[in-house]
Amino acid sequence: MPDSVSGAAKVYVFGTCLIDTLFPQAGLCAMRLLRQAGVRVVYPQDQTCCGQPAFNSGYRDEARRVARAQLDAFPEDLPIVVPSASCGGMLRVHYPTLFAGTPDQGRAEALSRRVYELSEYLVRVLDWSPQDLGPQVRVVVHNSCSARREMGVADATLALLGRLARVEAVEPERATECCGFGGTFAVKQPEMSAAMAADKADAIAATGAEILLGQDCGCLLNLGGTFAHRAASGQGAGPRVLHIAEFLWERIHDQ
Amino acid sequence: MTSDLRGRIGTALGQDRVRANIRRAMDGLVVKRRNAFADAGELGQLRDHGAAIRSAAVANMADLLEELEQNCTANGIQVHWAEDAAQGNRIVAEILDRQGADLLIKGKSMVSEEMGLNAYLEARGVEVVETDLGEFIIQHAGEPPSHIVAPAVHKDRQEIAALFRSKFPNDLPAGPEGEGIEALTNAARGLLRAKFAEARVGLSGVNFAVAETGTLCLVENEGNGRMSTTAPEVHIAVMGIEKVVARLEQVPPLLTLLTRSATGQPITTYFNMISSPRRLGEKDGPEAVHLILLDNGRTRMRADAELQDSLRCIRCGACMNHCPVYTRLGGHAYGTVYPGPIGAVIEPQLQGVAVQGELAWACTLCGACAEVCPVRIPLPKLINRVRHEGVRSDVSGSGVLGTGARRKSLEALVWRLWALLHAHPSLYRAAMGLAARLRWMQPRRLGPWTRTRSAPRLAPEGLHRLVREEGIDVE
Repeated sequence: MPDSVSGAAKVYVFGTCLIDTLFPQAGLCAMRLLRQAGVRVVYPQDQTCCGQPAFNSGYRDEARRVARAQLDAFPEDLPIVVPSASCGGMLRVHYPTLFAGTPDQGRAEALSRRVYELSEYLVRVLDWSPQDLGPQVRVVVHNSCSARREMGVADATLALLGRLARVEAVEPERATECCGFGGTFAVKQPEMSAAMAADKADAIAATGAEILLGQDCGCLLNLGGTFAHRAASGQGAGPRVLHIAEFLWERIHDQ
Repeated sequence: MTSDLRGRIGTALGQDRVRANIRRAMDGLVVKRRNAFADAGELGQLRDHGAAIRSAAVANMADLLEELEQNCTANGIQVHWAEDAAQGNRIVAEILDRQGADLLIKGKSMVSEEMGLNAYLEARGVEVVETDLGEFIIQHAGEPPSHIVAPAVHKDRQEIAALFRSKFPNDLPAGPEGEGIEALTNAARGLLRAKFAEARVGLSGVNFAVAETGTLCLVENEGNGRMSTTAPEVHIAVMGIEKVVARLEQVPPLLTLLTRSATGQPITTYFNMISSPRRLGEKDGPEAVHLILLDNGRTRMRADAELQDSLRCIRCGACMNHCPVYTRLGGHAYGTVYPGPIGAVIEPQLQGVAVQGELAWACTLCGACAEVCPVRIPLPKLINRVRHEGVRSDVSGSGVLGTGARRKSLEALVWRLWALLHAHPSLYRAAMGLAARLRWMQPRRLGPWTRTRSAPRLAPEGLHRLVREEGIDVE
């Protein structure tokens, strides 16, 4: 399929700072998927971070300064697809609050209406049906709190995986419970964060699934880091940890 | 430096038995609530209705309180206003003095906990007897409540049996029979009966106060609330001023939201509506009813257009029952009267951000609390706001007590530099490119993060560069 069809949809991708610096393959795969689905993709080079770390730490002036740079970086009236529900939630739900009563209020509100999480866009907007070329596999999905509650896209992610013929997707026990990342929470309350991550990792391991998937690299950093630490200290190998975009890209390609 | 809260959380995480008790109980309450609201559509409508009733009441609080005072007074209830806890305590003490009473029996009241009433009265030589079974247990254990609805939920039956054995050895049958729930309850009942008969003054909380009729509503399961409010000659009701609602017809929706959210019950065993002292010709009820309206910072909370939403709270406890932090700790680790998500919002407002602002950090902003709140308090949004109040530099226009008090210059500098980097795309790209090149210098240990996790590794090439190699349009 050509990567741009005349008259086809054109979208921005907001890659997020975490993906840019730590998990760039997830961002790249997200864009490949969109192009595979026939969408023209634009990745503005002036994007940096949505501002959430400062916003959730109470530093609203600093968050606004960074968020304003994103308003500048995505000027055209195009959908903004985000391979992260947490950053997507910041753009969609919190930008209007952050800019309320400022000269940028209108721009922030307009931008918030253009935001889609990746699986949400693939399923609900494009109704994309991938052809599954991979072997039979069982995966466990960690829907982030932002995906589930803020963006309401947990079902879209599961639906997307459900369209893969040879993928069995399950959720762990206590699926709705937070993994304990919480951004700066992990720094401010490291003991509680670690306890929550340990419980979530146990529940994930108990599913026996080979692969752990998520929409949010914060959670994956937390859980993947926990599994890697366990493996390094002889507590057994956990599942392979992947962003859904990387997994989907693998599945639609002959390996 | 380890903060107080972090230290308390660390200690609580090590208490396996308490943690198991709390988690088991909270899991049970979560299931009971879910079963009580089987119809999602009905639940959504009820929550909308409850939120609308409560937010209108908060908006009109001053007028409604005046109306409540007028109607209570007309009904023969004596109304007292208490600016703060100290004044509230003095009013209770004066009523006791006038009765010549040195014994007070109490139904469950979180506002009295907020006032520190028991300690105040005990220092004055008054015997205070908690009559709610959970409150009775923790009073004898010398502990504060660990949950606003289920105060002794952190204790299991064996612990309670051991406590009763040491405190009331003669009131329990010998052997394993004496450790059964029935024997323990019977012991408490016997001890409390004597106090109900003896006490001349009883005190209770208030769940809803109806302005148009001057009615005080009290929700309970054990009958101790009814005993405390009807057996003694004098009944003192204490309530936070936010508990007022406009009309009687607003009580049923709030009541069903409260009982189903709190314990999954369609209705509690007892629901008391107190409209006056004993009237001429009536055979029971107190001769005098006093209502103490406690402000203690609520008028200040009301002045903030966003944070006033926290005054909608009907104290069901669902937010804490569903909180991943609370359910791993119980309430004691918070160190406040109100724990959990609602505590993280109201305690910093009541006591000031300087004193309790850190509670807003006992939260991952996961949103589980807001999802169940029967009156739709946007708790994560308000917790985020409390964090902001703690560190804001420009405090003009904020009426929040202690605003800006938690701002630390080093942390503020870090965020300023972070903002500088991320608000200037070319600077960001240059810095990230440099960081990727210097990734061999990355530390393997990153403080507490790497105690239980591997360190994150910077990618050799960031996404900004990879998209160019991929031929993706970068505008």
